[in-house]
Amino acid sequence: MEPRSTSRRTFLSLSMGLPLGAALAACGGSGPTQTGAGGGPGTSTGSAAGKATYWYLSVEPNEGVRRRAVERFNKANPSSTIATTTMQNDAFKTKIKTAIGAGEAPTIIWGWGGGGLRSYVQAGQVDDLTSWFDQNAAYKDRLFPSSFGAATVDGKIYAVPVEAVTPIVFFYNKKLFDKVGAQPPQEWGDIMDLVKKFNAAGIAPLSLGGQSRWTNMMWLEFLFDRIGGPEVFQAIYDGEKDAWNNPAAIDALTKIQDLIKANGFVKGFSSITADSNADQALLYTGKAAMMLHGGWTYGSMNTDGGDFVSGGNLGYMNFPAVQGGKGDPGNTVGNPAQYMSISSKATPEAKDIAKKFFLEEMNSEPQSKDWVSITQVPIVKGIDAEFGSSEQGPWQKFVYDTASNAKSFQQSWDQALSPTAAEVLLDNIAKLFQMSVSPQQFATNLNEVIGK
Amino acid sequence: MTVPPIAPGGKASLTAVPGGQGRGLAWLALPALLLFVAFGVIPLIGVFALSFTTWDGLGEIRLSGFDSWRAVLTDPGLPHALWVTFLVIALSWAVQTPASILLGTFLAGSQRYRAVIAVVYFIPLLLSSAAIAITYKALLDPNFGLGAGLGIPILVQDWLGEPALAMGVVIFVVSWQFIPFHSLIYQGGVRQIPRSMYEAAEIDGAGRVRMFFNITLPQLKYTIITSSTLMVVGSLVFFDLIFVLTAGGPGDATRVLALEMYKRGFQANLMGPASAIAVILVLVGLGLALLLRRLGGRDATHSQLEGA
Repeated sequence: MEPRSTSRRTFLSLSMGLPLGAALAACGGSGPTQTGAGGGPGTSTGSAAGKATYWYLSVEPNEGVRRRAVERFNKANPSSTIATTTMQNDAFKTKIKTAIGAGEAPTIIWGWGGGGLRSYVQAGQVDDLTSWFDQNAAYKDRLFPSSFGAATVDGKIYAVPVEAVTPIVFFYNKKLFDKVGAQPPQEWGDIMDLVKKFNAAGIAPLSLGGQSRWTNMMWLEFLFDRIGGPEVFQAIYDGEKDAWNNPAAIDALTKIQDLIKANGFVKGFSSITADSNADQALLYTGKAAMMLHGGWTYGSMNTDGGDFVSGGNLGYMNFPAVQGGKGDPGNTVGNPAQYMSISSKATPEAKDIAKKFFLEEMNSEPQSKDWVSITQVPIVKGIDAEFGSSEQGPWQKFVYDTASNAKSFQQSWDQALSPTAAEVLLDNIAKLFQMSVSPQQFATNLNEVIGK
Repeated sequence: MTVPPIAPGGKASLTAVPGGQGRGLAWLALPALLLFVAFGVIPLIGVFALSFTTWDGLGEIRLSGFDSWRAVLTDPGLPHALWVTFLVIALSWAVQTPASILLGTFLAGSQRYRAVIAVVYFIPLLLSSAAIAITYKALLDPNFGLGAGLGIPILVQDWLGEPALAMGVVIFVVSWQFIPFHSLIYQGGVRQIPRSMYEAAEIDGAGRVRMFFNITLPQLKYTIITSSTLMVVGSLVFFDLIFVLTAGGPGDATRVLALEMYKRGFQANLMGPASAIAVILVLVGLGLALLLRRLGGRDATHSQLEGA
């Protein structure tokens, strides 16, 4: 239940202004903004005839891409338009859940797939789109295959993967590496060596916004994969009994505590939140040498970090291998895509409009180009041809290659699991990083919520 | 802060009204009673009913007997959350009460400069808890906060990452926010103490400290009870500030009962157990409010003032 990429951007606005409190108060005061189809007067009266409804997040620059997509569609289809409502991330999460529970959901349910989608499916609130994809096989084939995992529940597809892919990336500060004469890590042992080296030089080795909890989780996601392969988490996801007791899992949990004991993470990391982007600031101000974080931080470091990114000081790579591990070092984790489902409570007319919108507009060429223009990487095969030679080109190419070459693209655990299990997971991760539970206790606590 | 729960119907206050007028004025309680029933009692019944069901907020509500209660009562998280809640109540009371009494007494003076200070001092009361929490979080950041910015090493601590420090920060911020409010209550209380008592004491040769302990403090007895009730019940349901400041962390070091309820209900989608915790919260709150009323003695609604 933690914020996704877009939500972290929500807080960008906060980190920019000094009067933080005032900024928050301003955000809190602004309710959802409703926009009528075609720029007309606002309506969001559920599924009126001839209209479909769609709610989305109001954080730039992503909001602009979403808005322009709807505008293009409504212009081309004046008789069957989409009415939109925009809201802030946290308001969206609460409202969409309440609305779905009350049978008042918008026609198009935008979300993060995975465990959240599964709970909608179990409540019978979203339509099965498997046959729709069979009818539109060409449409399906254009998209990254890895994006469908989080849209699939029990072998059926309930959501259309849309928008952009955001893997978790290992970032490092090239200036600091030059300063101490170090090379980027090739495997886990190198990270432990670098920790000693940077600590000796008085530089924090790894930046981490530990208070946010999902930040810590990213380390475990990679360690589980690199040590035991994607099968370890798959077993947990599939609800196998005691799956957290897998020796690879225990090994990964032990390794992370070893890293904490070696002072691998910046001092006071439990007081740092990712929402304020303070963890990124540690990297670009040269206070910390390395950081494992979502690909979305590239954009904010580019904006906030002065000439840090444009001056070529930001290094990035996929998470290194663990010696003797079973996982392919090409595997990655993160957000494979965003997801759009159709509310089962919508009228047949509204559903048809939504499907038309998916087919004509979502993942279309104009929209993909729009995503590329804001340095995102849409989930469309061959989009790398659009990256060009801009300053962001190499970064986008890296993200594209990472995402499209990954044999396994594991969705973030807290999104993949059910909300109930995700909360227990995040809770225990916080305790693991506080060293207040042992790896074995961690596994025992989580085995209890497997399949819940 | 919320209004302390009062028994519906307000029987106690009616008996205080002299006999003949009681019936004629009973209708005055009606608007408040209606609101209380609509927004207090009915939701409470709903929550109580929900605590015997299984519901994820999305699908159907299924009856499940005592499952939720069993889950909540056997979870080690509950005694922990109760203990943390108790700590927050006790510590914030212990910090706020003496400070508020002293400030209230000081601000009760009629000098112009005290009025000016009073206005400045009430500013925290005007800020929303969420804004305060975000601001403190930024100030306490170990790398970019106040300590690092001003180069004061003692301020560079893992403020929200060490369980004891995080609890201290919560108490400090809560106190910072609410001491002005309670000072206001005490200021009013002190101003109602008849001047003549102090004049008599002065003639008897009592000093300021003596007057404070022998006149001001005993006369404030009922003000202290009122303020303490607000404080205790307020800290019991304290949520927003802690949620934004520490989110219950590090680990579960500052996870109070209200936060535990929210996490279960709205983050883990377990409405049944969350409702059970809500019921526990209501019972604890009612119990504490009653206890404080008892402490005040039977004549709690009577005044000690001359001629009242």
